[in-house]
Amino acid sequence: MGSPVLKLVAQRVALGVLLLFAVSVLIFAGTQILPGDVAQSILGQAATPQALANLRAQLGLNDPAYVRYFRWLAGLLHGDLGHALSNGQDIATSVGDRLKNTLFLAFWAAIVAVPLAITLGLIAVRHKDGFIDKLISATTLATISLPEFFIGYVLIYYVAVYLQWFPSVSTVYDGMSFADRMRAIALPATTLTLVVLAHMMRMTRAAILNVMQSAYIETAELKGLSPFEIIRRHAFPNAIAPIVNVVMLNLAYLVVGVVVVEVIFVYPGMGQYLVDHVAKRDIPVVQACGIIFAAVYICLNIIADIASILSNPRLRHPK
Amino acid sequence: MARTEGKTSKTGKLLEIHNLRIEATVYPPGGDPENVVIVDDVSLTLEPGKVLGLIGESGAGKSTVGLSSMGYGRGGVRITGGKVILNGRDILKDRPGLRKLRGNEVCYVAQSAAAAFNPAHRLMRQVVEASVKHGVCSRAEAERRAVALFRELSLPDPEHIGERFPHQVSGGQLQRVMTAMALCSQPDLIVFDEPTTALDVTTQIDVLAAIKKAIRDTGVAALYITHDLAVVAQVSDDIMVLRHGKKVEYGATQQIIGEPKEEYTRALVSVHHIAHEEKKPAPQPLLLVKNVTASYGGGTVKVLKNVSVDINAGQTLAVVGESGSGKSTLARAITGLLPPSEGSISFEGRTLPPRLAGRSKEDLRQLQMIYQMADVAMNPRQTVGTIIGRPLQFYFGMRGRERKERVLELLDKIEMGKGFLDRYPAELSGGQKQRVCIARSLAAKPKLIICDEVTSALDPLVANGILKLLLELQKEENVAYLFITHDLATVKSIADSIAVMYRGEVVRYGPKSEVLKPPFDAYTDLLLSSVPQMQVGWLEKAISGRRMEAAGN
Repeated sequence: MGSPVLKLVAQRVALGVLLLFAVSVLIFAGTQILPGDVAQSILGQAATPQALANLRAQLGLNDPAYVRYFRWLAGLLHGDLGHALSNGQDIATSVGDRLKNTLFLAFWAAIVAVPLAITLGLIAVRHKDGFIDKLISATTLATISLPEFFIGYVLIYYVAVYLQWFPSVSTVYDGMSFADRMRAIALPATTLTLVVLAHMMRMTRAAILNVMQSAYIETAELKGLSPFEIIRRHAFPNAIAPIVNVVMLNLAYLVVGVVVVEVIFVYPGMGQYLVDHVAKRDIPVVQACGIIFAAVYICLNIIADIASILSNPRLRHPK
Repeated sequence: MARTEGKTSKTGKLLEIHNLRIEATVYPPGGDPENVVIVDDVSLTLEPGKVLGLIGESGAGKSTVGLSSMGYGRGGVRITGGKVILNGRDILKDRPGLRKLRGNEVCYVAQSAAAAFNPAHRLMRQVVEASVKHGVCSRAEAERRAVALFRELSLPDPEHIGERFPHQVSGGQLQRVMTAMALCSQPDLIVFDEPTTALDVTTQIDVLAAIKKAIRDTGVAALYITHDLAVVAQVSDDIMVLRHGKKVEYGATQQIIGEPKEEYTRALVSVHHIAHEEKKPAPQPLLLVKNVTASYGGGTVKVLKNVSVDINAGQTLAVVGESGSGKSTLARAITGLLPPSEGSISFEGRTLPPRLAGRSKEDLRQLQMIYQMADVAMNPRQTVGTIIGRPLQFYFGMRGRERKERVLELLDKIEMGKGFLDRYPAELSGGQKQRVCIARSLAAKPKLIICDEVTSALDPLVANGILKLLLELQKEENVAYLFITHDLATVKSIADSIAVMYRGEVVRYGPKSEVLKPPFDAYTDLLLSSVPQMQVGWLEKAISGRRMEAAGN
């Protein structure tokens, strides 16, 4: 592996880190301009001005914004996300469990959605403009067009209430067996799969159709390869870069966009946690969740970039 | 190495095509879909081990006929009539069987190997793919055979070249690897589709020799498709001349190039001759390029090294060399697109600002450019009238009736009528597009036009027409040309002086008569001796008489 690849990868990683710092500034600034006073919301309307002033001094709220930002940032870099205002718990500990749950759900949704989307994309290309292609496109477009809460409730109604195959409330707790856990997440994972499927499948189809115009596809055809061999062996490897990009975008969505789905199925993940604490004006928790979501998003996009770079033989094997 | 199972038919013919008819549906802009006949009533026969050349200009249907031997229609083309009999059976009757035939009995070598190889896979994997797929032999056996073929085709490092990716191998070598790929599954027939057209003239000769040797040694039969009669004369036993999808003439190679019977064939055989009287050099040159050095990538890659040439008013300087020799970069330096790092460029006695942005509108007007690809040099959504009218408005502020009259005048000059005024580029032929580009550059009334390979993408007869037009216009308008080309026949017909470039340097420069007079330096000799001559046996003579290797080898 040559140095140009290393250089490009290092560049991407450095850019990602820089971006993360920029995002932390944005999140901090965003939470600062929210209306309301933290001390007030902790002590309630009945607090005396003296008590408020004391608490402000104790929380360091009288310091200039940049000092508070760097204090927060230093904490972040040490893995200290601060304490929740509402219940005084350490955020890092409570987020840890929630994040694990969210990643668990996202992981299994991705395990189903990604191969399914790519396979459907390949099949759609194979039968381009035919009945099967149109059926796949219509179905996946229908599922992406419906709001996720609607899909969620439809699934709850038919599968959980009517057929009673899976529970409608996805409660998970420590010490639950793996099988029970899988049963619990079946419906939210299905909902997420249906939501992200269309985007990835359409992109796979478009990227491969684009490559199918190339002269080397004709070469493959004139070697007597079957249509599916041509798509899989000759078209797909050259369409990896755009496909990986859209897959990563959707994986990021599975982690950071699950708020609605988690709320519907009462799943104890990051989304639920965030929504609960936004309602309580718990600024440190909102900041912590924001920065974690941003980090996941940026990391997945860096992975997509690196995968695109590595999938290019010109960069992997320079002259 | 050809198959010995005796699959050929009782008649001893490998391939027979009877009354082939091929149609396609076209969608003209703004009109209803139409059915067009691409190939009409073409018949041919090919015996095992023989080579048939299919020649004609673009659109003559030669590739379409060639691909019909594999039952393949490119881009929705349909075979609607006739029979294609390969090894005694009509392949058009057995559609599913076509897949077993392709890459097995018949193989294909494409025009641009650089595009025809999959960039994602190593060469060896692609070379043996068809053999393994059709069960001709095991992968290990196929790889052994491929290495032997690489050696046979005199590729460098035959043991390991298969481990490379396509982008790591030069164009001429890729073309030979593609030939090896076609030969690997030991087919009975190979369709060569313009295999040397995209190559430099010095590389073409090596590839041509390699292909010819491979055909002879393996005893495979071939359909050799090209627009260059001189090239096909070197490799084929018989030649079929096609035009507008119909057969014009079909006979032995010697007869076609020696005693052509048809008018069209005669025109093809004698196409390159334009008598051009060399003009005397003027005392005061129009454009003076002095010790110009230019580089890409912030000085890391020097592409022009100390180049000095000049052009006289109303005369033509031809710049020749193979790809990568820096001839197009010279044009970029003169136009200001790539400011030189050293040296100066002066025009009519004053020094031009090196950067495009630093030049006045007048400087820009005096120096116009015509490109190789007329297609992409025009806005497809503008009509011919708008395209030619644009410089009139930009440089002279012409509008309305005045502008239209001037456009018509220019259309007349390029021998196109006023009916073309409202046409879009997509409705023009290749030659007409290039004519419109010429009119557009003339509209600015420049003193110098840079012509960058303007005839390379055109068929010989059309190219010839363009060259005649350019010479005519030079006489009328007293415009000078900087004519960039790799085609020496073109140079002979149009140039007053010649600069031969090699790896960024001018290796030979002077009036045409002196440059083309022996004794030659090694590179000019290689260049001149590589131009295919219209005579049987030229290839062998040229190869044996060479003094240096081509750079692209």
